[in-house]
Amino acid sequence: MAPKQKTRNPELIPGVRKVSRSQMYHKRGLWAIKAKNGGKFPVHAKQETLAAVEEKPPKFYPADDIKKPLSNKRTAKPTKLRASVTPGTVLIILTGRFKGKRVVFLKQLTSGLLLVTGPYKVNGVPLRRVNQTYVIGTSTKVDISGVDVSKFDDKYFGKKVEKKKKKGETEFFEADKQEKNTLPAEKKDDQKAVDALLLKALEAVPDLKAYLGARFSLKAGTKPHELVF
Amino acid sequence: MPFKRFVEIGRVALVNYGEDYGKLVVIVDVIDQNRALVDSPDMVRSQMNFKRLSLTDIKIDIKRVPKKKVLVAAMEAADVKGKWEKSSWGRKLIVQKRRASLNDFDRFKLMIAKIKKAGVVRQELAKLKKETAS
Repeated sequence: MAPKQKTRNPELIPGVRKVSRSQMYHKRGLWAIKAKNGGKFPVHAKQETLAAVEEKPPKFYPADDIKKPLSNKRTAKPTKLRASVTPGTVLIILTGRFKGKRVVFLKQLTSGLLLVTGPYKVNGVPLRRVNQTYVIGTSTKVDISGVDVSKFDDKYFGKKVEKKKKKGETEFFEADKQEKNTLPAEKKDDQKAVDALLLKALEAVPDLKAYLGARFSLKAGTKPHELVF
Repeated sequence: MPFKRFVEIGRVALVNYGEDYGKLVVIVDVIDQNRALVDSPDMVRSQMNFKRLSLTDIKIDIKRVPKKKVLVAAMEAADVKGKWEKSSWGRKLIVQKRRASLNDFDRFKLMIAKIKKAGVVRQELAKLKKETAS
């Protein structure tokens, strides 16, 4: 800590200071400043004040006073990631159709959700978004330095907006069924591209592929609060 | 039936309650009917109730309330750490600690290893059964 600054004029009791006005003048060296400046105290050149703009009275006054809503300058940030969840970590998904699956974490999207992949060949989990709260972060890490995930964002995963077509009711059902079932080839290629590099990294560690292929479950006698993940 | 582990100066004990839980300490003096003065190379000498101590088989040769340096030298001479880690009680504690610190991946690898081992044992057993049957 810096030493306390010396006060030139300590307060002896509330309202009474030690040094008089003229003594303070001398102490502060105002005489020396004046002498340097040729007898007068140096003054800043006056700043030009802009001429006051004439405000015209408004043409219209509203009948009632409307309250202005308070300004909101809040910018939403993506959720803070737990320390255990870093790119390349193996996560255990806890809810949904993939519950219990062990999965590789790729990156956090701008919405805050985690981008995750099985890899698909290993455990059937595709490139998918997952919420951090429904996930356990293990301490097992995979090297994903070679994987390029820059093209994936929330829009990639959003529902496709279909243009509304006017059709008769009977035709409506048939056409819909044909459109929804297949996954576009582009997405399959993306999956393969991401997984190819990942699989190489996985095969470098013995048993890691089998580990990701198995589901996590609690067995008799295991105490979750005592488990180290 | 007779007691084999006595509370005496130089008796090594394991702390089984409190903030020093799990530490090996040496009884350096007896304060009264319930308390002992206890010391260890990595702690400040302090009193402890006998109820918090579990006596071990290990005993070192020291005089009443030795200086820390003397105590440390005596513990090295008697190789307390080595004896403890070789004893079955000490080995059990080490295994317990290792199991508790296993990672999720480690637990998976352990499961695979157990299954493999069981498979090998079963095969050998089947061979032996075949031999005795024939």
